[in-house]
Amino acid sequence: MSPTHIAAVIAVGAGLVVLALLPRYADAYYLSLAISLLQFTVLATAWGLFSGPTRYVSLATTAFFGVGAYIVAVLGEVLAWPLVLLIAAAIGALMAVIVGISTLRLSGLHFVIFTFGLAELVRQLVIWYEVNKTRVLGRYVFVDITQNDIFWQLLGLAVAVFAIGWLIARSRLGFALRIIGEDETVAKHCGINVTLAKVTLFAISAVFITLVGAIMAPRWTYIEPSIAFNPTISFQVVIMALLGGAHRLWGPAVGAIPLTLLFEFLSARFPATSTLIIGVVFLLIVYALPTGVAGLWERVSRRRAAAPPVQA
Amino acid sequence: MTVLASSAPVLEVSALTRAFGGLVAVNVIDLAVHSGEIVGLLGPNGSGKTTALNLISGVLRPDSGTIRFAGQAINGMPAHRIARLGLARTFQLVRVLKGMSCAENVKAGLVFHRPPLSRGEIDESVDRLLRHVGLSDRGGLPAAGLTYIDCKRLELARALALKPRLLLLDEWLAGLNPSELLIGIELIRSLKEEGLSILLVEHVMDAIRSLCDRCVVMNSGRRIAEGRPDEVLADPAVIEAYLGVSPGVSTDA
Repeated sequence: MSPTHIAAVIAVGAGLVVLALLPRYADAYYLSLAISLLQFTVLATAWGLFSGPTRYVSLATTAFFGVGAYIVAVLGEVLAWPLVLLIAAAIGALMAVIVGISTLRLSGLHFVIFTFGLAELVRQLVIWYEVNKTRVLGRYVFVDITQNDIFWQLLGLAVAVFAIGWLIARSRLGFALRIIGEDETVAKHCGINVTLAKVTLFAISAVFITLVGAIMAPRWTYIEPSIAFNPTISFQVVIMALLGGAHRLWGPAVGAIPLTLLFEFLSARFPATSTLIIGVVFLLIVYALPTGVAGLWERVSRRRAAAPPVQA
Repeated sequence: MTVLASSAPVLEVSALTRAFGGLVAVNVIDLAVHSGEIVGLLGPNGSGKTTALNLISGVLRPDSGTIRFAGQAINGMPAHRIARLGLARTFQLVRVLKGMSCAENVKAGLVFHRPPLSRGEIDESVDRLLRHVGLSDRGGLPAAGLTYIDCKRLELARALALKPRLLLLDEWLAGLNPSELLIGIELIRSLKEEGLSILLVEHVMDAIRSLCDRCVVMNSGRRIAEGRPDEVLADPAVIEAYLGVSPGVSTDA
Protein backbone atom coordinates (compact mmCIF):
# COMPACT_ATOMS: atom_id res chain seq x y z
CA MET A 1 0.00 0.00 0.00
CA SER A 2 1.19 3.48 -0.83
CA PRO A 3 1.38 6.22 1.85
CA THR A 4 -1.79 7.87 0.47
CA HIS A 5 -3.67 4.57 0.84
CA ILE A 6 -2.51 4.19 4.43
CA ALA A 7 -3.48 7.79 5.17
CA ALA A 8 -6.92 7.22 3.63
CA VAL A 9 -7.48 4.05 5.69
CA ILE A 10 -6.48 5.88 8.90
CA ALA A 11 -8.74 8.83 8.05
CA VAL A 12 -11.73 6.56 7.35
CA GLY A 13 -11.07 4.57 10.52
CA ALA A 14 -10.82 7.74 12.65
CA GLY A 15 -13.97 9.13 11.03
CA LEU A 16 -15.87 5.93 11.87
CA VAL A 17 -14.74 6.06 15.51
CA VAL A 18 -15.94 9.67 15.79
CA LEU A 19 -19.26 8.74 14.18
CA ALA A 20 -19.70 5.70 16.43
CA LEU A 21 -19.26 7.95 19.50
CA LEU A 22 -21.82 10.48 18.21
CA PRO A 23 -24.74 9.21 20.35
CA ARG A 24 -22.65 10.06 23.45
CA TYR A 25 -22.50 13.79 22.80
CA ALA A 26 -25.31 14.55 20.32
CA ASP A 27 -28.77 15.52 21.58
CA ALA A 28 -31.96 13.84 20.38
CA TYR A 29 -32.46 16.21 17.43
CA TYR A 30 -28.97 15.75 16.01
CA LEU A 31 -29.10 12.01 16.58
CA SER A 32 -32.35 11.87 14.64
CA LEU A 33 -30.81 13.93 11.85
CA ALA A 34 -27.77 11.64 11.79
CA ILE A 35 -30.08 8.63 11.49
CA SER A 36 -31.81 10.23 8.49
CA LEU A 37 -28.45 10.98 6.88
CA LEU A 38 -27.23 7.42 7.35
CA GLN A 39 -30.54 6.00 6.16
CA PHE A 40 -30.40 7.87 2.86
CA THR A 41 -26.66 7.30 2.47
CA VAL A 42 -27.18 3.53 2.63
CA LEU A 43 -30.32 3.63 0.45
CA ALA A 44 -28.74 5.77 -2.27
CA THR A 45 -25.47 3.81 -2.25
CA ALA A 46 -27.32 0.50 -2.43
CA TRP A 47 -29.47 1.89 -5.26
CA GLY A 48 -26.33 3.00 -7.10
CA LEU A 49 -24.73 -0.44 -6.72
CA PHE A 50 -27.29 -1.79 -9.17
CA SER A 51 -28.44 1.21 -11.17
CA GLY A 52 -25.00 2.80 -11.60
CA PRO A 53 -23.36 0.14 -13.76
CA THR A 54 -26.51 -1.28 -15.40
CA ARG A 55 -28.21 2.12 -15.98
CA TYR A 56 -31.58 0.61 -15.05
CA VAL A 57 -33.54 3.14 -12.98
CA SER A 58 -35.35 1.30 -10.20
CA LEU A 59 -38.30 2.88 -8.39
CA ALA A 60 -38.75 -0.22 -6.24
CA THR A 61 -36.77 1.20 -3.30
CA THR A 62 -39.89 1.74 -1.23
CA ALA A 63 -41.19 -1.78 -2.00
CA PHE A 64 -38.11 -3.37 -0.39
CA PHE A 65 -37.93 -0.74 2.36
CA GLY A 66 -41.58 -1.28 3.28
CA VAL A 67 -41.26 -5.06 3.26
CA GLY A 68 -38.32 -4.73 5.67
CA ALA A 69 -40.40 -2.52 7.97
CA TYR A 70 -43.37 -4.91 7.88
CA ILE A 71 -41.22 -7.94 8.66
CA VAL A 72 -40.16 -6.17 11.87
CA ALA A 73 -43.77 -5.23 12.66
CA VAL A 74 -44.88 -8.86 12.26
CA LEU A 75 -41.90 -10.77 13.67
CA GLY A 76 -40.19 -8.16 15.89
CA GLU A 77 -41.92 -9.26 19.08
CA VAL A 78 -41.74 -12.98 18.32
CA LEU A 79 -38.14 -13.57 17.30
CA ALA A 80 -34.68 -12.41 18.37
CA TRP A 81 -33.57 -9.19 16.62
CA PRO A 82 -30.64 -10.66 14.61
CA LEU A 83 -32.96 -13.40 13.36
CA VAL A 84 -35.54 -10.80 12.30
CA LEU A 85 -32.87 -8.96 10.30
CA LEU A 86 -31.70 -12.20 8.75
CA ILE A 87 -35.24 -13.04 7.62
CA ALA A 88 -35.70 -9.52 6.26
CA ALA A 89 -32.48 -9.87 4.23
CA ALA A 90 -33.55 -13.27 2.90
CA ILE A 91 -37.04 -12.13 1.91
CA GLY A 92 -35.64 -8.98 0.27
CA ALA A 93 -33.21 -11.10 -1.75
CA LEU A 94 -35.91 -13.59 -2.74
CA MET A 95 -38.24 -10.82 -3.85
CA ALA A 96 -35.46 -9.21 -5.88
CA VAL A 97 -34.61 -12.50 -7.59
CA ILE A 98 -38.26 -13.08 -8.58
CA VAL A 99 -38.71 -9.49 -9.77
CA GLY A 100 -35.30 -9.52 -11.47
CA ILE A 101 -35.84 -12.73 -13.41
CA SER A 102 -39.23 -11.56 -14.63
CA THR A 103 -38.28 -7.95 -15.49
CA LEU A 104 -34.58 -7.51 -16.19
CA ARG A 105 -35.04 -8.69 -19.75
CA LEU A 106 -37.24 -5.62 -20.23
CA SER A 107 -35.84 -2.45 -21.73
CA GLY A 108 -34.89 0.40 -19.43
CA LEU A 109 -38.13 2.36 -19.66
CA HIS A 110 -40.38 -0.66 -19.09
CA PHE A 111 -38.26 -1.55 -16.09
CA VAL A 112 -38.80 1.90 -14.53
CA ILE A 113 -42.56 1.61 -14.87
CA PHE A 114 -42.63 -1.98 -13.66
CA THR A 115 -40.65 -1.20 -10.51
CA PHE A 116 -42.92 1.76 -9.74
CA GLY A 117 -45.92 -0.52 -10.20
CA LEU A 118 -44.30 -3.16 -8.01
CA ALA A 119 -44.11 -0.81 -5.02
CA GLU A 120 -47.79 0.02 -5.43
CA LEU A 121 -48.68 -3.67 -5.90
CA VAL A 122 -46.93 -4.71 -2.69
CA ARG A 123 -48.61 -1.86 -0.81
CA GLN A 124 -52.06 -2.84 -2.06
CA LEU A 125 -51.42 -6.50 -1.20
CA VAL A 126 -50.50 -5.56 2.35
CA ILE A 127 -53.59 -3.35 2.66
CA TRP A 128 -55.79 -6.14 1.31
CA TYR A 129 -54.31 -8.65 3.72
CA GLU A 130 -54.59 -6.36 6.74
CA VAL A 131 -58.18 -5.34 5.97
CA ASN A 132 -59.48 -8.80 5.12
CA LYS A 133 -57.43 -11.11 7.33
CA THR A 134 -56.14 -9.26 10.37
CA ARG A 135 -58.86 -6.56 10.27
CA VAL A 136 -56.45 -3.80 11.30
CA LEU A 137 -54.78 -1.29 9.03
CA GLY A 138 -51.87 -0.31 11.25
CA ARG A 139 -49.48 -2.21 13.47
CA TYR A 140 -47.53 -1.24 16.55
CA VAL A 141 -43.81 -1.95 16.54
CA PHE A 142 -42.86 -2.95 20.06
CA VAL A 143 -39.23 -3.97 20.07
CA ASP A 144 -36.45 -3.25 22.48
CA ILE A 145 -34.41 -1.08 20.10
CA THR A 146 -33.29 2.42 21.07
CA GLN A 147 -32.41 5.35 18.80
CA ASN A 148 -28.76 4.68 19.61
CA ASP A 149 -29.12 1.08 18.43
CA ILE A 150 -30.71 2.26 15.19
CA PHE A 151 -27.85 4.66 14.63
CA TRP A 152 -25.16 2.05 15.24
CA GLN A 153 -26.88 -0.55 13.09
CA LEU A 154 -27.20 1.91 10.21
CA LEU A 155 -23.56 2.86 10.60
CA GLY A 156 -22.61 -0.81 10.42
CA LEU A 157 -24.80 -1.23 7.35
CA ALA A 158 -23.18 1.82 5.73
CA VAL A 159 -19.72 0.32 6.26
CA ALA A 160 -20.98 -2.98 4.83
CA VAL A 161 -22.53 -1.41 1.71
CA PHE A 162 -19.31 0.45 0.91
CA ALA A 163 -17.19 -2.65 1.57
CA ILE A 164 -19.39 -4.80 -0.68
CA GLY A 165 -19.44 -2.13 -3.38
CA TRP A 166 -15.66 -1.87 -3.24
CA LEU A 167 -15.27 -5.63 -3.51
CA ILE A 168 -17.76 -5.91 -6.40
CA ALA A 169 -15.94 -3.21 -8.35
CA ARG A 170 -12.78 -5.30 -8.14
CA SER A 171 -14.45 -8.60 -8.94
CA ARG A 172 -15.32 -10.36 -12.18
CA LEU A 173 -18.96 -9.44 -11.48
CA GLY A 174 -18.03 -5.75 -11.35
CA PHE A 175 -16.15 -5.96 -14.65
CA ALA A 176 -19.05 -7.88 -16.21
CA LEU A 177 -21.46 -5.13 -15.14
CA ARG A 178 -19.30 -2.40 -16.64
CA ILE A 179 -19.34 -4.28 -19.94
CA ILE A 180 -23.11 -4.78 -19.69
CA GLY A 181 -23.54 -1.05 -19.06
CA GLU A 182 -21.49 -0.29 -22.19
CA ASP A 183 -23.03 -2.83 -24.55
CA GLU A 184 -25.19 -5.75 -23.53
CA THR A 185 -24.80 -7.62 -26.84
CA VAL A 186 -21.02 -7.48 -26.58
CA ALA A 187 -21.26 -8.66 -22.98
CA LYS A 188 -23.21 -11.76 -24.04
CA HIS A 189 -20.67 -12.51 -26.74
CA CYS A 190 -17.87 -12.28 -24.20
CA GLY A 191 -19.43 -15.23 -22.38
CA ILE A 192 -21.17 -13.17 -19.68
CA ASN A 193 -24.45 -14.51 -18.32
CA VAL A 194 -26.08 -11.09 -18.42
CA THR A 195 -29.31 -12.03 -16.66
CA LEU A 196 -27.49 -13.77 -13.81
CA ALA A 197 -25.14 -10.80 -13.32
CA LYS A 198 -28.00 -8.28 -13.23
CA VAL A 199 -30.23 -10.37 -10.94
CA THR A 200 -27.33 -11.00 -8.55
CA LEU A 201 -26.60 -7.31 -8.25
CA PHE A 202 -30.28 -6.38 -7.97
CA ALA A 203 -30.59 -8.86 -5.08
CA ILE A 204 -27.49 -7.51 -3.29
CA SER A 205 -28.85 -3.97 -3.62
CA ALA A 206 -32.31 -5.08 -2.43
CA VAL A 207 -30.91 -6.80 0.67
CA PHE A 208 -29.42 -3.51 1.86
CA ILE A 209 -32.60 -1.56 1.14
CA THR A 210 -34.75 -4.14 2.94
CA LEU A 211 -32.42 -4.05 5.94
CA VAL A 212 -32.66 -0.25 6.13
CA GLY A 213 -36.46 -0.60 6.25
CA ALA A 214 -36.19 -3.21 9.00
CA ILE A 215 -33.73 -1.18 11.07
CA MET A 216 -35.78 2.01 10.72
CA ALA A 217 -39.11 0.38 11.68
CA PRO A 218 -38.69 0.67 15.48
CA ARG A 219 -38.26 4.43 15.05
CA TRP A 220 -41.94 4.83 14.18
CA THR A 221 -43.56 2.60 16.85
CA TYR A 222 -46.67 2.60 14.64
CA ILE A 223 -46.67 1.75 10.93
CA GLU A 224 -49.28 1.41 8.25
CA PRO A 225 -48.90 0.77 4.50
CA SER A 226 -48.90 4.46 3.54
CA ILE A 227 -45.95 5.10 5.88
CA ALA A 228 -43.91 2.01 5.09
CA PHE A 229 -44.51 2.09 1.33
CA ASN A 230 -44.17 5.82 0.80
CA PRO A 231 -43.32 6.30 -2.92
CA THR A 232 -41.51 9.60 -2.19
CA ILE A 233 -38.58 7.60 -0.77
CA SER A 234 -38.02 5.90 -4.15
CA PHE A 235 -37.84 9.25 -5.92
CA GLN A 236 -35.69 10.91 -3.26
CA VAL A 237 -33.15 8.10 -3.53
CA VAL A 238 -32.99 8.48 -7.32
CA ILE A 239 -32.45 12.25 -7.04
CA MET A 240 -29.69 11.80 -4.46
CA ALA A 241 -27.86 9.18 -6.52
CA LEU A 242 -28.14 11.31 -9.66
CA LEU A 243 -26.85 14.42 -7.90
CA GLY A 244 -23.81 12.57 -6.61
CA GLY A 245 -23.27 10.44 -9.72
CA ALA A 246 -24.41 6.81 -9.69
CA HIS A 247 -21.47 5.53 -11.72
CA ARG A 248 -19.12 5.95 -8.74
CA LEU A 249 -19.38 4.09 -5.46
CA TRP A 250 -19.00 7.29 -3.43
CA GLY A 251 -21.30 9.33 -5.73
CA PRO A 252 -24.73 8.57 -4.23
CA ALA A 253 -23.49 9.38 -0.71
CA VAL A 254 -22.23 12.77 -1.91
CA GLY A 255 -25.75 13.47 -3.16
CA ALA A 256 -27.53 11.95 -0.17
CA ILE A 257 -25.99 14.17 2.50
CA PRO A 258 -26.88 17.68 1.17
CA LEU A 259 -30.29 16.55 -0.12
CA THR A 260 -31.28 14.88 3.15
CA LEU A 261 -30.47 18.15 4.92
CA LEU A 262 -32.40 20.10 2.27
CA PHE A 263 -35.46 17.82 2.46
CA GLU A 264 -35.34 17.97 6.25
CA PHE A 265 -35.26 21.76 6.11
CA LEU A 266 -38.03 21.95 3.51
CA SER A 267 -40.41 19.63 5.31
CA ALA A 268 -39.92 21.65 8.51
CA ARG A 269 -40.24 25.10 6.90
CA PHE A 270 -42.52 24.52 3.92
CA PRO A 271 -44.48 21.36 4.72
CA ALA A 272 -47.16 22.14 2.13
CA THR A 273 -44.91 22.87 -0.83
CA SER A 274 -41.90 20.65 -0.12
CA THR A 275 -42.87 18.09 -2.80
CA LEU A 276 -43.07 20.86 -5.39
CA ILE A 277 -39.62 22.15 -4.44
CA ILE A 278 -38.20 18.62 -4.52
CA GLY A 279 -39.53 18.31 -8.08
CA VAL A 280 -37.81 21.53 -9.11
CA VAL A 281 -34.56 20.36 -7.49
CA PHE A 282 -34.84 17.12 -9.47
CA LEU A 283 -35.21 19.02 -12.76
CA LEU A 284 -32.29 21.31 -11.97
CA ILE A 285 -30.00 18.39 -11.18
CA VAL A 286 -30.87 16.49 -14.35
CA TYR A 287 -30.30 19.60 -16.51
CA ALA A 288 -27.27 21.08 -14.78
CA LEU A 289 -25.41 17.95 -13.65
CA PRO A 290 -26.41 15.02 -15.87
CA THR A 291 -23.44 12.93 -14.67
CA GLY A 292 -23.61 14.20 -11.09
CA VAL A 293 -20.91 15.63 -8.87
CA ALA A 294 -18.75 12.59 -9.68
CA GLY A 295 -18.93 13.38 -13.40
CA LEU A 296 -18.09 17.04 -12.77
CA TRP A 297 -15.16 16.03 -10.58
CA GLU A 298 -13.82 13.73 -13.32
CA ARG A 299 -14.07 16.50 -15.95
CA VAL A 300 -12.26 18.99 -13.73
CA SER A 301 -9.48 16.59 -12.77
CA ARG A 302 -9.02 15.54 -16.42
CA ARG A 303 -8.71 19.19 -17.43
CA ARG A 304 -6.18 19.69 -14.66
CA ALA A 305 -4.22 16.65 -15.77
CA ALA A 306 -4.18 18.02 -19.31
CA ALA A 307 -3.18 21.55 -18.28
CA PRO A 308 0.52 21.24 -17.17
CA PRO A 309 2.04 20.42 -20.61
CA VAL A 310 0.42 23.57 -22.01
CA GLN A 311 2.03 25.76 -19.35
CA ALA A 312 5.43 24.07 -19.62
CA MET B 1 -11.04 -30.70 -49.70
CA THR B 2 -11.42 -34.47 -49.39
CA VAL B 3 -9.17 -34.53 -46.34
CA LEU B 4 -11.17 -31.73 -44.74
CA ALA B 5 -14.52 -33.26 -45.61
CA SER B 6 -13.63 -36.54 -43.95
CA SER B 7 -13.48 -34.86 -40.51
CA ALA B 8 -16.72 -33.72 -38.88
CA PRO B 9 -17.38 -30.03 -39.66
CA VAL B 10 -16.74 -27.44 -36.94
CA LEU B 11 -20.05 -25.81 -37.80
CA GLU B 12 -22.95 -27.61 -39.41
CA VAL B 13 -26.15 -25.71 -40.08
CA SER B 14 -29.11 -27.56 -41.52
CA ALA B 15 -32.53 -26.34 -42.62
CA LEU B 16 -32.10 -23.16 -40.55
CA THR B 17 -35.19 -20.95 -40.70
CA ARG B 18 -36.22 -17.70 -39.06
CA ALA B 19 -39.11 -15.41 -39.97
CA PHE B 20 -39.94 -11.88 -38.81
CA GLY B 21 -43.70 -11.67 -39.20
CA GLY B 22 -44.37 -12.57 -42.82
CA LEU B 23 -40.76 -12.03 -43.94
CA VAL B 24 -38.72 -15.23 -43.93
CA ALA B 25 -35.25 -13.76 -43.45
CA VAL B 26 -33.48 -17.11 -43.36
CA ASN B 27 -35.25 -19.84 -45.30
CA VAL B 28 -34.08 -23.47 -44.92
CA ILE B 29 -30.36 -22.68 -45.08
CA ASP B 30 -27.70 -25.44 -45.07
CA LEU B 31 -24.11 -24.50 -44.36
CA ALA B 32 -20.95 -26.19 -43.12
CA VAL B 33 -17.54 -24.90 -42.07
CA HIS B 34 -14.75 -27.48 -41.77
CA SER B 35 -11.69 -27.23 -39.59
CA GLY B 36 -9.20 -24.67 -40.87
CA GLU B 37 -11.51 -23.48 -43.63
CA ILE B 38 -12.59 -19.94 -44.56
CA VAL B 39 -16.15 -19.93 -45.86
CA GLY B 40 -17.69 -16.81 -47.37
CA LEU B 41 -21.36 -16.06 -46.87
CA LEU B 42 -22.34 -13.79 -49.75
CA GLY B 43 -25.47 -12.19 -51.11
CA PRO B 44 -26.97 -8.81 -51.88
CA ASN B 45 -28.13 -6.47 -49.10
CA GLY B 46 -31.12 -7.80 -47.20
CA SER B 47 -30.55 -11.40 -48.26
CA GLY B 48 -30.41 -12.63 -44.64
CA LYS B 49 -26.64 -12.99 -44.06
CA THR B 50 -26.48 -11.04 -40.82
CA THR B 51 -29.64 -12.75 -39.57
CA ALA B 52 -27.92 -16.08 -40.25
CA LEU B 53 -24.90 -14.98 -38.19
CA ASN B 54 -27.19 -13.74 -35.41
CA LEU B 55 -28.89 -17.15 -35.32
CA ILE B 56 -25.55 -18.95 -35.15
CA SER B 57 -24.09 -16.73 -32.41
CA GLY B 58 -27.27 -16.84 -30.33
CA VAL B 59 -28.50 -13.24 -30.65
CA LEU B 60 -31.68 -14.66 -32.21
CA ARG B 61 -33.39 -18.00 -31.80
CA PRO B 62 -34.18 -20.03 -34.90
CA ASP B 63 -37.79 -20.97 -35.68
CA SER B 64 -36.61 -24.34 -36.92
CA GLY B 65 -33.52 -26.15 -38.13
CA THR B 66 -30.40 -27.26 -36.29
CA ILE B 67 -26.99 -25.70 -35.67
CA ARG B 68 -24.22 -28.02 -34.54
CA PHE B 69 -20.97 -26.52 -33.31
CA ALA B 70 -18.06 -28.82 -32.46
CA GLY B 71 -20.48 -31.73 -32.39
CA GLN B 72 -22.97 -30.08 -30.02
CA ALA B 73 -26.42 -28.72 -30.88
CA ILE B 74 -26.39 -24.98 -30.09
CA ASN B 75 -29.64 -23.81 -31.69
CA GLY B 76 -31.65 -21.89 -29.10
CA MET B 77 -28.73 -21.76 -26.64
CA PRO B 78 -28.12 -18.33 -25.04
CA ALA B 79 -25.31 -16.30 -26.62
CA HIS B 80 -23.02 -16.39 -23.58
CA ARG B 81 -22.96 -20.19 -23.54
CA ILE B 82 -22.23 -20.34 -27.27
CA ALA B 83 -19.38 -17.87 -26.76
CA ARG B 84 -17.93 -20.02 -23.98
CA LEU B 85 -17.94 -23.04 -26.30
CA GLY B 86 -15.47 -21.17 -28.51
CA LEU B 87 -17.55 -19.33 -31.07
CA ALA B 88 -16.58 -15.66 -31.38
CA ARG B 89 -17.80 -12.90 -33.66
CA THR B 90 -17.43 -9.29 -34.74
CA PHE B 91 -20.33 -7.03 -35.65
CA GLN B 92 -21.41 -5.35 -38.86
CA LEU B 93 -21.50 -1.97 -37.08
CA VAL B 94 -18.25 -2.22 -35.15
CA ARG B 95 -18.84 -2.49 -31.41
CA VAL B 96 -16.02 -1.47 -29.09
CA LEU B 97 -16.53 -0.58 -25.43
CA LYS B 98 -15.85 3.15 -25.72
CA GLY B 99 -15.80 3.89 -22.01
CA MET B 100 -12.90 1.51 -21.48
CA SER B 101 -9.23 1.35 -22.43
CA CYS B 102 -8.04 -0.83 -25.32
CA ALA B 103 -6.56 -3.33 -22.86
CA GLU B 104 -9.86 -3.58 -20.99
CA ASN B 105 -11.68 -4.22 -24.27
CA VAL B 106 -9.47 -7.24 -24.89
CA LYS B 107 -9.72 -8.28 -21.25
CA ALA B 108 -13.50 -8.46 -21.68
CA GLY B 109 -12.93 -11.47 -23.91
CA LEU B 110 -10.50 -13.10 -21.48
CA VAL B 111 -12.04 -12.75 -18.03
CA PHE B 112 -15.08 -14.99 -18.51
CA HIS B 113 -13.40 -18.17 -19.72
CA ARG B 114 -14.43 -21.50 -18.18
CA PRO B 115 -12.30 -22.50 -16.33
CA PRO B 116 -11.07 -18.97 -15.51
CA LEU B 117 -7.59 -17.86 -16.53
CA SER B 118 -5.09 -16.66 -13.95
CA ARG B 119 -4.35 -12.94 -13.69
CA GLY B 120 -0.89 -13.53 -15.17
CA GLU B 121 -2.32 -15.39 -18.17
CA ILE B 122 -4.85 -12.61 -18.75
CA ASP B 123 -2.22 -9.84 -18.69
CA GLU B 124 0.08 -11.84 -20.95
CA SER B 125 -2.76 -12.57 -23.40
CA VAL B 126 -3.86 -8.91 -23.54
CA ASP B 127 -0.37 -7.89 -24.69
CA ARG B 128 -0.09 -10.77 -27.15
CA LEU B 129 -3.52 -10.12 -28.72
CA LEU B 130 -3.00 -6.37 -29.05
CA ARG B 131 0.34 -7.08 -30.73
CA HIS B 132 -1.30 -9.68 -32.98
CA VAL B 133 -3.81 -7.18 -34.43
CA GLY B 134 -1.24 -4.38 -34.64
CA LEU B 135 -2.21 -2.35 -31.59
CA SER B 136 0.94 -2.82 -29.50
CA ASP B 137 1.47 -0.03 -26.95
CA ARG B 138 -2.12 1.19 -27.30
CA GLY B 139 -3.35 -0.84 -24.30
CA GLY B 140 -3.62 2.14 -21.98
CA LEU B 141 -5.41 4.43 -24.43
CA PRO B 142 -9.18 4.94 -24.27
CA ALA B 143 -10.96 2.98 -27.00
CA ALA B 144 -13.07 6.05 -27.82
CA GLY B 145 -10.06 7.71 -29.48
CA LEU B 146 -9.33 4.97 -32.01
CA THR B 147 -9.63 5.35 -35.78
CA TYR B 148 -12.11 3.19 -37.67
CA ILE B 149 -9.62 0.49 -38.68
CA ASP B 150 -8.18 0.40 -35.17
CA CYS B 151 -11.69 -0.09 -33.76
CA LYS B 152 -12.03 -3.06 -36.11
CA ARG B 153 -8.66 -4.40 -34.96
CA LEU B 154 -9.65 -4.02 -31.33
CA GLU B 155 -12.95 -5.80 -31.90
CA LEU B 156 -11.07 -8.65 -33.59
CA ALA B 157 -8.65 -8.87 -30.66
CA ARG B 158 -11.60 -9.13 -28.28
CA ALA B 159 -13.12 -11.92 -30.39
CA LEU B 160 -9.77 -13.77 -30.52
CA ALA B 161 -9.48 -13.42 -26.75
CA LEU B 162 -12.24 -16.02 -26.41
CA LYS B 163 -9.78 -18.58 -27.88
CA PRO B 164 -12.39 -19.42 -30.51
CA ARG B 165 -12.49 -22.50 -32.74
CA LEU B 166 -14.77 -20.63 -35.11
CA LEU B 167 -14.79 -16.93 -35.87
CA LEU B 168 -17.74 -15.13 -37.47
CA LEU B 169 -16.73 -11.92 -39.22
CA ASP B 170 -19.62 -9.68 -40.26
CA GLU B 171 -18.27 -7.35 -42.98
CA TRP B 172 -15.08 -6.93 -41.03
CA LEU B 173 -13.29 -5.53 -44.11
CA ALA B 174 -16.02 -3.05 -45.08
CA GLY B 175 -15.10 0.61 -45.05
CA LEU B 176 -11.34 0.12 -45.16
CA ASN B 177 -9.23 2.03 -47.69
CA PRO B 178 -7.16 0.01 -50.24
CA SER B 179 -3.97 -0.14 -48.18
CA GLU B 180 -5.86 -0.98 -44.98
CA LEU B 181 -7.70 -3.67 -46.91
CA LEU B 182 -4.43 -5.42 -47.76
CA ILE B 183 -3.42 -5.36 -44.09
CA GLY B 184 -6.85 -6.70 -43.11
CA ILE B 185 -6.71 -9.55 -45.62
CA GLU B 186 -3.24 -10.55 -44.40
CA LEU B 187 -4.47 -10.52 -40.81
CA ILE B 188 -7.38 -12.86 -41.61
CA ARG B 189 -5.07 -15.13 -43.61
CA SER B 190 -2.71 -15.36 -40.63
CA LEU B 191 -5.63 -16.50 -38.45
CA LYS B 192 -6.40 -19.30 -40.89
CA GLU B 193 -2.77 -20.36 -40.84
CA GLU B 194 -3.05 -20.67 -37.06
CA GLY B 195 -5.79 -23.22 -37.62
CA LEU B 196 -8.86 -21.07 -36.97
CA SER B 197 -12.05 -21.75 -38.94
CA ILE B 198 -13.77 -18.63 -40.21
CA LEU B 199 -17.21 -17.83 -41.58
CA LEU B 200 -17.24 -14.36 -43.10
CA VAL B 201 -19.98 -12.19 -44.50
CA GLU B 202 -18.34 -9.92 -47.04
CA HIS B 203 -18.96 -7.68 -50.04
CA VAL B 204 -15.32 -6.94 -50.90
CA MET B 205 -14.78 -9.24 -53.91
CA ASP B 206 -10.96 -9.09 -53.82
CA ALA B 207 -11.03 -10.34 -50.27
CA ILE B 208 -13.49 -13.10 -51.10
CA ARG B 209 -11.39 -14.35 -54.02
CA SER B 210 -8.13 -14.34 -52.12
CA LEU B 211 -9.37 -15.65 -48.76
CA CYS B 212 -12.32 -18.00 -49.16
CA ASP B 213 -12.00 -21.72 -49.74
CA ARG B 214 -15.71 -21.98 -50.41
CA CYS B 215 -18.66 -19.60 -50.64
CA VAL B 216 -22.34 -19.90 -49.95
CA VAL B 217 -24.56 -17.33 -51.67
CA MET B 218 -27.91 -16.25 -50.25
CA ASN B 219 -30.71 -14.28 -51.84
CA SER B 220 -34.02 -13.39 -50.15
CA GLY B 221 -33.28 -15.82 -47.35
CA ARG B 222 -32.55 -18.81 -49.60
CA ARG B 223 -29.32 -20.47 -50.59
CA ILE B 224 -28.83 -20.00 -54.32
CA ALA B 225 -25.26 -21.23 -54.87
CA GLU B 226 -22.31 -22.92 -53.23
CA GLY B 227 -18.78 -23.64 -54.41
CA ARG B 228 -15.33 -22.14 -54.98
CA PRO B 229 -15.32 -18.31 -55.12
CA ASP B 230 -14.62 -18.10 -58.86
CA GLU B 231 -17.37 -20.65 -59.55
CA VAL B 232 -20.11 -18.96 -57.54
CA LEU B 233 -19.19 -15.44 -58.66
CA ALA B 234 -19.62 -16.62 -62.26
CA ASP B 235 -22.88 -18.40 -61.54
CA PRO B 236 -25.75 -16.81 -63.56
CA ALA B 237 -28.11 -17.05 -60.58
CA VAL B 238 -25.63 -15.13 -58.41
CA ILE B 239 -25.03 -12.44 -61.02
CA GLU B 240 -28.77 -12.07 -61.41
CA ALA B 241 -29.23 -11.76 -57.65
CA TYR B 242 -26.63 -8.98 -57.41
CA LEU B 243 -27.26 -7.12 -60.66
CA GLY B 244 -30.75 -8.14 -61.81
CA VAL B 245 -31.60 -9.56 -65.23
CA SER B 246 -30.95 -7.70 -68.40
CA PRO B 247 -32.01 -9.33 -71.67
CA GLY B 248 -29.06 -7.85 -73.59
CA VAL B 249 -26.31 -9.21 -71.34
CA SER B 250 -24.98 -12.70 -71.75
CA THR B 251 -24.23 -14.38 -68.42
CA ASP B 252 -21.96 -17.02 -69.89
CA ALA B 253 -18.71 -17.25 -67.96
